[in-house]
This record gives sequence, structure tokens and C-alpha cells, in this order.
Amino acid sequence: MTSISRRSAVLGVAALTAGLALTGCTKAATDSGTAGTGAATAAGKLSVVFIPKNLGNPYFDTSDAGGKKAVEALGGTYSEVGPQQASPDGQVQYINTAAQQHVSALVVSANDPKAIGDALNQARKGGTKVVTFDSDTDAQYRDLFINQASPEGLAKVEVDGITKQIGDSGEIAILSASANATNQNAWIDLMKKDLAANHPNVKLVDVVYGNDDDQTSFDKTAALLQTHPNLKGIISPTTVGVAAAARYLSTSDKKVKVALTGLGTPNQMREYVKNGTVNEFYLWNPADLGALAAYAADALVKGKITGKEGDTFTAGSLGDFKVGANQTVLLGDPFAFNAGNIDQFKF
Amino acid sequence: MTRTYAAYAHPLWRRLLLSREAAVVALVIGVSMWAYGNVPYFGEQLTLNYLLLDVTPILLIALPMTLVIVTGEIDLSVASVVGLSSVLVGVLHEGGFSIPVAAAVALVVGAVCGALNGYLVAHVGLPSLAVTIGTLALYRGLAVGILGTKAVTDFPADWTQRASETIGDTGIPTVMLLFLVLAVGFALLLHFSAFGRGVYDIGLGSEAALFTGVKVQRTKFILFVLTGAVSALAGIFYTLRFGSARGDNAAGLELQVIAAVLLGGVSIFGGRGKLVGVIAGVLLIGVISSALRLQGITVNVINIIIGLLLVVSVVSTPVLAWVSDVAARRNRGTRPTKTPAGVGTP
Repeated sequence: MTSISRRSAVLGVAALTAGLALTGCTKAATDSGTAGTGAATAAGKLSVVFIPKNLGNPYFDTSDAGGKKAVEALGGTYSEVGPQQASPDGQVQYINTAAQQHVSALVVSANDPKAIGDALNQARKGGTKVVTFDSDTDAQYRDLFINQASPEGLAKVEVDGITKQIGDSGEIAILSASANATNQNAWIDLMKKDLAANHPNVKLVDVVYGNDDDQTSFDKTAALLQTHPNLKGIISPTTVGVAAAARYLSTSDKKVKVALTGLGTPNQMREYVKNGTVNEFYLWNPADLGALAAYAADALVKGKITGKEGDTFTAGSLGDFKVGANQTVLLGDPFAFNAGNIDQFKF
Repeated sequence: MTRTYAAYAHPLWRRLLLSREAAVVALVIGVSMWAYGNVPYFGEQLTLNYLLLDVTPILLIALPMTLVIVTGEIDLSVASVVGLSSVLVGVLHEGGFSIPVAAAVALVVGAVCGALNGYLVAHVGLPSLAVTIGTLALYRGLAVGILGTKAVTDFPADWTQRASETIGDTGIPTVMLLFLVLAVGFALLLHFSAFGRGVYDIGLGSEAALFTGVKVQRTKFILFVLTGAVSALAGIFYTLRFGSARGDNAAGLELQVIAAVLLGGVSIFGGRGKLVGVIAGVLLIGVISSALRLQGITVNVINIIIGLLLVVSVVSTPVLAWVSDVAARRNRGTRPTKTPAGVGTP
């Protein structure tokens, strides 16, 4: 009995050692590639490291793929590193590593506006340019922030979308997140102003709150349709709300009769766009966001811009961009997702 | 106790050199030298600085954790205590208290957290695995509950700089001095005191230890209190180093600490292990992660390698004991070579 278990233990150890040796070989193979990066950096070539909030996140997979394409189009070397969980301390380790390698630029989506600041500044001291995207740090820790969308842009695109779908007249309602969500309320105010100024025949009859909870949003949608039988459209500027409303509409007799739009993600909305419940919804294109961050990094590295307000640079096929207040670059108008393009997006 | 009769058959230098701890120390030196020669930028002073700063919380908590595991118990709540202490420092700082006051309160709360673990394990007699899984959730819940999803980040710059400043131009963080003091203290406690011998006795057999006069309950209680307090200390350092107090700070750190302790040769069943091995174990994980990161290897592959290393190290303990047992039996057929129960026979 004992001898058998001993033998199997020895076998186990042998197998594990072999496994470790194999891993070692894989590592050695990766070596040459990285050595190339080091040489490239020394020669002053563009090397950009993307640090997403965490690895394996479909949103960042999409944005970083856009960044990779742009960096390679610029003739630079791209790499993506980051923590498994979206924690600031995990990001600090990778920022430190990139600083030691003296990469030419870091593109970071910050897990904390302050906690990674010292590490970023240390990297900048060594000559690395820092661009944040998606989630910003405090302004003193980076050269540029690539902002995905402005409140005005988001409010306008949703109002334009719904009024077009209902023929610019009739009752509409808003399904929001929580009653005290700052960004939601700012958007709703902008929508109200836009409606009053440009769409006199469209009447906003109700604003309800689903608290970014799937079930609550679902129930509120049902109640909304009951209390307002003449309702022609719903705007839901929150990803949870718009998906829950779409789920309710898709199984109710109001499907197609009541238009729905808002801010959503392709993975959550794919089904409802395909079955005709939703014509069009909005967000930004993460791939464009990543690409713009890469072009901005390149412009900083090559000294074309310093990141001050008023600087302009060209971002490949995305066009020309101008640095705004607080060293921020705006990606542009939100992106419309519809049946024609939704299958290109996997986030 | 921790030694087999076979081990007594060799002179002291040979026992030291062939020990598990020596193997881990040799691995640290070997891997460092390999990385120094082959990994770009590894030789820079900054590497040492970052590496030590990164492993400091693990090094600190590993000290009391070693003693806890040697008694055959475990404390899974340490990372949650780190988070709670971080949140307390943040909230108190926001409330207008100075950093030393906030830190002192956090230390006391950490010790109280440890005392609750210790009371439930030592005096109520519940299994530490179950107790500390519960308090892992409890303390983390308190941390997140107090601060919510926001973070306190406006710490005074002189304190945040103090957390990452170095001794002269050496690249060695000043916080290492604090660690050295604690390490010497814990080494004296574990290896050169009656209390420490009691710790090993408990790990080898709680009941037998009790009959030989070891105060089992008191010893376990003290160890859990120490673990709580040192975890809180790590939390204070963590908060100041990143200048950020958050409820989710250091989530998952407990597994890194326990992995390093086991890698350093401490038996998960208790009764066996040395602090020097544990410190080498922490450094080994730090050096490997640092070198691999500099090579551009992703976190998933790094985790696979460290995980494999840990499995190999845990499996190797009984196998090595069996090998030395067989060797000793062949060499000195007449001497008693039986190993203590539980060693060598899986």
C-alpha cells in the first residue's frame, strides 16, 4: 500500500518537474521577442504598453485591439499587460515594470484616480509619456486623457434617435438609473432642454428610476406602458435599463409600437436589435477609443504635441483632433449600433 | 520534534545545508543570478526597490502566519484585516485625525479582529479554517461597508513619501528596517524561547503539548492577536504606499501569504518550518514575478509558474523525507531510522 502511494508520489513529482521544464521552455521562447522590444526602445522606436483595468475584459479586449492596430500601423511595438482583478496595486506593478523598460508610452485605464499616480509620475520622469483613456486619473499624473463621450453628445444623440423614430411628435418617457445619479441627471436635463428647444411636438411625460437593477427596471417599464397608453418612445440612458426595457418590450404587444433607444452594450442588446425591438442604440466605439489613445501617445512621443490645450494631431482614419481643457481629447459623437454593424462588436 | 532520527545521523553543517530552508534560499540566489544575467533591466536598482515594496505586506504578514501554521491552524482573514485597517486610516484621516493616531486606532482594531479569531479558535474550539473564512467575509464586509465604493486619497505627501522612501541611495526601502525588527522579534519568539517550543509542540500534537505543560489556548490566542495586529500594520503601509484607502485593498493577499509560507517549507499540518525559509519563500515569489514581468510575460503565466512551484514544493516534503529515510536505512542498517508518524507515508 505505502510503496504504491510512494511510487505514485514520485511519478507525480516527475510529471510536475517535466511540466515546469516545459513552462521554462515556453518562457525561453518568449524571451527573444521581448529582447526585441528592449532593442527597439533603445533605438528610439515607438513602444506602447496598454494597461487595461483588468485582463480578460471584453470591453478592453476591443479597445486594446484597436490600439494594437494603430500602434502597428505607426510601425511601433504594442504590448498589453495588466492585473487579473481590477485593482490599483496590480496596475502599479505593471506601470513600474514599464517604467523600468523605458517604454515610450503607457496607455492606462485607471482603477483609481490617485493610487497609481506616483507610479505614473515616476514613469514620466524616466521619459515615458502617459495617456489615460476610459477612466482618468487626476490631471497631474498624465499627459493626456482620451474622453469617450461628452454629456452633450450623449444627450443629443439619444433625443435625435428617438424623435426620428417616432416622427417627431408624441409622448416619450425616460427610464433612468437612480434618482441621485449625477451623470444621469445631467444628461436628463440636457435632453429636456433639447426637447423644449428643437422638438415642440414631443412631450416628455415621465421619468422613472430602475436603480440600475434589472428586475426593477423591467417592472418600471411595464408600469410606464400601463400608465401612459399613448407612449410612443422610451429613452434609457443606462446599459442595465435599456436591456431590461428591451427584454420587456420584446415579449409584449407594444413591441415595435413603442420605440426604445438609449446607451447599451452590443452583447446585452444583440438579441433585441436582431428581433426588431430596438432599431438603434448608442455608446462609443471602444476600438476607436483605443486607436485614438495610441495615436495621441505617438504624437506625444514624437513631440508633435505636448498635451496643452489647443494642440492638434491626426489620428489616422479617425481624422484630426484638438486637445481641449484639462488636457483632454474627446473621441467625438457617440457611435450608433444597429442591425447592420452589431455583429462586428464583441463586448 | 521536527527532526527525524535519520537527520541526527549527520553532522550539523550537513543538516543545515541539506535542509528544506537551504534549498529555498539557494533557489532565491540562483533565480536572482540568472535574472541578473539574462533579464533586461533586472540589474537596476529600481528593480530591488519595487520588488521589496511589492512584497513588504506579504513579508510582514508571513511572520505571524508562520507561527499560526506551525501550530496547525490557519488565518484566512488577514487580507480583510488589511482592507479594514486601510479604510480606518482613511476615514479617521478624513475626520481630521493625524496619521499616527489613525494608525494606532487601526492597529488596535487589527488586534481586536485577531482576538475574535483567537477566541473562537482557542477558547470555543472551532476549526480555524471555518472561523477565518467567516471573518474573512465579516472584516471585508465592514471595510466596504464603512467606506462604500469611494476611496480616501488625500493623504499628506510627507507620509506617503515616507512609505516608499529608501535608505540612502541603496534602493532598499526604509520600511525594510521595520520588517527586520519584526523578523528578529518573531525569530527569537519562535526559535529561541519556551513559547516557540510550545508552538512546535502544539503543531505536532495539541493534546500531548497540553499534558507537557504548554498553555495551548493562550498560545493560540496570542498568535491570532499578533497576526491581526501585524496585518493591520501591513494595511497602514499599503494605504500610505498607494496613497489610497479603499475597502477592496489587498483583496486576495491571504492566498499569496499562505503560498509563500508553504513554499518556505512550513508544513500545512503544523509542527515543521523555519522563519528563514518563509522569508526566502516570499522573496522567491517576488523575484520570479518581477523577472517574468520585466520579460513581458502576462500575469496568467506568472501565476501558473508560481502555482506549479508551490505544488512541487508541497509534494516534495514527504518525498524528500522518504528519500532520506531510505538512504539512512541503507547506510546505517542498525540505527533506528523510523520517522515520526505522518512523515514519509502519504
